[in-house]
Amino acid sequence: MEENKRLIKVPTMAQLAANGEEPEILFWVGCAGAFDDRYKRVTRAFVQILEHVGVKYAVLGTEESCTGDPAKRAGNEFLFQMQALTNIEVLNAYNVKKIVTACPHCFNTIKNEYPDLGGNYEVIHHSTFLQQLINEGKVHVQGGEAFKGKRITYHDSCYLGRANDIYEAPRDVLAALDADLVEMKRSRANGLCCGAGGAQMFKEAEPGRKEINIERTEEALATLGDGEGVIATACPFCMVMMNDGVKNKEQEQNVKVFDIAELIAQAEGLSK
Amino acid sequence: MIGIENIIFLIVAAVGIGLFVWQIRKIRKNVLLGRDTDLVDNPSERINKTLLVAFGQQKMFKRMLPAVLHLFVYVGFLVINIEVLEIMIDGIFGTHRVLGFMGPIYSGLMAINEVLAALVIIACAIFLWRRNVSRVPRLANGVEMRAWPKMDANVILITEIVLMFALFAFNIADLKLAELRGHELPGSFPVSQLFVNAFGADAGTLATVAGVGWWIHIIGILAFMNYLPSSKHFHIIMAFPNVYFSKLLPKGKFTTNPAITHEIKAMLVPSYQPPAPEVDAAGNPVVQRFGAKDVEDLTWKQLMDSYTCTECGRCTSVCPANITGKLLSPRKIIMDTRDRMEEKGEHPAIFRPNHYKEMGVERVATTEEKTLLRGYITPEELWACTTCNACVESCPVNIDQLSTIMDLRRYLVLEESAAPASLNAMFTNIENNGAPWAFPASDRFNWADELYVPSKN
Repeated sequence: MEENKRLIKVPTMAQLAANGEEPEILFWVGCAGAFDDRYKRVTRAFVQILEHVGVKYAVLGTEESCTGDPAKRAGNEFLFQMQALTNIEVLNAYNVKKIVTACPHCFNTIKNEYPDLGGNYEVIHHSTFLQQLINEGKVHVQGGEAFKGKRITYHDSCYLGRANDIYEAPRDVLAALDADLVEMKRSRANGLCCGAGGAQMFKEAEPGRKEINIERTEEALATLGDGEGVIATACPFCMVMMNDGVKNKEQEQNVKVFDIAELIAQAEGLSK
Repeated sequence: MIGIENIIFLIVAAVGIGLFVWQIRKIRKNVLLGRDTDLVDNPSERINKTLLVAFGQQKMFKRMLPAVLHLFVYVGFLVINIEVLEIMIDGIFGTHRVLGFMGPIYSGLMAINEVLAALVIIACAIFLWRRNVSRVPRLANGVEMRAWPKMDANVILITEIVLMFALFAFNIADLKLAELRGHELPGSFPVSQLFVNAFGADAGTLATVAGVGWWIHIIGILAFMNYLPSSKHFHIIMAFPNVYFSKLLPKGKFTTNPAITHEIKAMLVPSYQPPAPEVDAAGNPVVQRFGAKDVEDLTWKQLMDSYTCTECGRCTSVCPANITGKLLSPRKIIMDTRDRMEEKGEHPAIFRPNHYKEMGVERVATTEEKTLLRGYITPEELWACTTCNACVESCPVNIDQLSTIMDLRRYLVLEESAAPASLNAMFTNIENNGAPWAFPASDRFNWADELYVPSKN
């Protein structure tokens, strides 16, 4: 099967600029997308989709740096602005207009907080981007794994949902899979946080009765019921928390946690 | 005819209203302890929001039963004010049911009034039940639900019931008197009609009952009005301005401190000229803390939030940290802000925060410091927040609990470098590697190695 696949050479902004070109979109990978072993698979799946549909894209590669989100939510406004101003300098130097990212934290920060500091871009979360590709018929959601009848529950990311009112795009993407979508009781605007936001990802939880991700995983597992199921996420931190929760509940044989981009790549037959 | 009664009434009303104005001035002064913030943009969207969220009670309907019961009390309050207006005019000029000339409109109003008054009694009784018997967790539990907030809620509900009963006593006696005298009473009284014989048929007794009912109702209302600034019930006034001035930006957008921007730009670009620092009236530069340590570091809107809070606990009941047993309770953050503001500024007529501060504080290890941070709100509470905005989303009167939590956190980090060690490690990683984890920046692009896609034929 080797001859049926081709090696992707992910283009960087620097390479394009050297050729005097500009991409249609900048794919902002994010730290989790670049370093977290599990989330790297999401980054790769999303790039496969970009290559598959032939969008002219590029990444910053090693020129990318943390948006400053975890610093800002932890209260370190100084470090946040340091990161933001440096990133804005890079982005503006490349004349970036449109940014797509798979991380709701990067999305929220660049979209809402960079404009005050001189960074004005059209910022799109990959859920909205994937929804557009499906609506435009560029992704057919066929040729790969069949999801018909599989139980999937979508876990809302706070920074996508409540923070930016994006509730339908990830659900529309999942609806294209023709799976059996089930909603948790606490969903959309009433969704329960996975426990990682506000820089909690990088610290131990404060003393309490329970971990938040366990509370949320229990709700997801109860919603999926017995047998196999998928918890769909659209955020790297949610993915870590839900994965840990499923492992804690010893359900990893039955229940898998996937990002919506991975599910689309699987359904499209891109991730063989 | 104007008699001695009318003069007494006039004095009582003037004292009641005067005291209320005096209290409102104190409240205004307290709110203005806060930093200035510009919230006058986009008036049409603000009015829209006020109509939907405040007048229309949109966010109440996330929970149906309390929303419907609350609607009875709310509409009852609005409509019954028309009768209060009449009572005022009658009281001053010695008239009797002066609005009666409106004929069928008056009848309709009085009929609606009576039905609503009955519904208010039922709703308040159910509310009392929920607080004291079935003990709905968000109303009964929580470290911030100390003696005063619990008593306050019951005082309000019982007062409302008494006021409605006084209104009925007045109407019933009035109705029976008119019947005895054989003339038609203007208005229509579907509920009082059912109990028309409740006070017998003695004209003297009936006149007394009507008089007492009337006086209890009007004095009750004036007393109630003056109780408001000491109470969570103040939300019936503050909800409207608070929603009007609420955040119109996406909830994920946190404030940016321009003073820090200038500092960093001056560091990055040596030629950068930051604007001249703000000076106070005496010409001394204003030293502004980064983040908030005490109430004067918060904005007036954040202080207004705390006067608007009705302590319903919806925020705390949806807080992921609170649900899982952490110390954080967004409601407590807001109530603490109010208590501290009144400790530092002025207090209203009845509530004195220091009298109640000691009552039943469990597990919250506050210090003796006379500041909002540590003296009321501990770092443990602040560090439990996931910034998920569930509290903000849930608040029926658009309080922004998260903004206050964030400003207190900022003070801990920027002024005291008092972040938990693991977060300091994360900061160091971002500074050194441009990522919150300790991976070398040069590895950032390794994810792209050996990546394939099926080729299209």
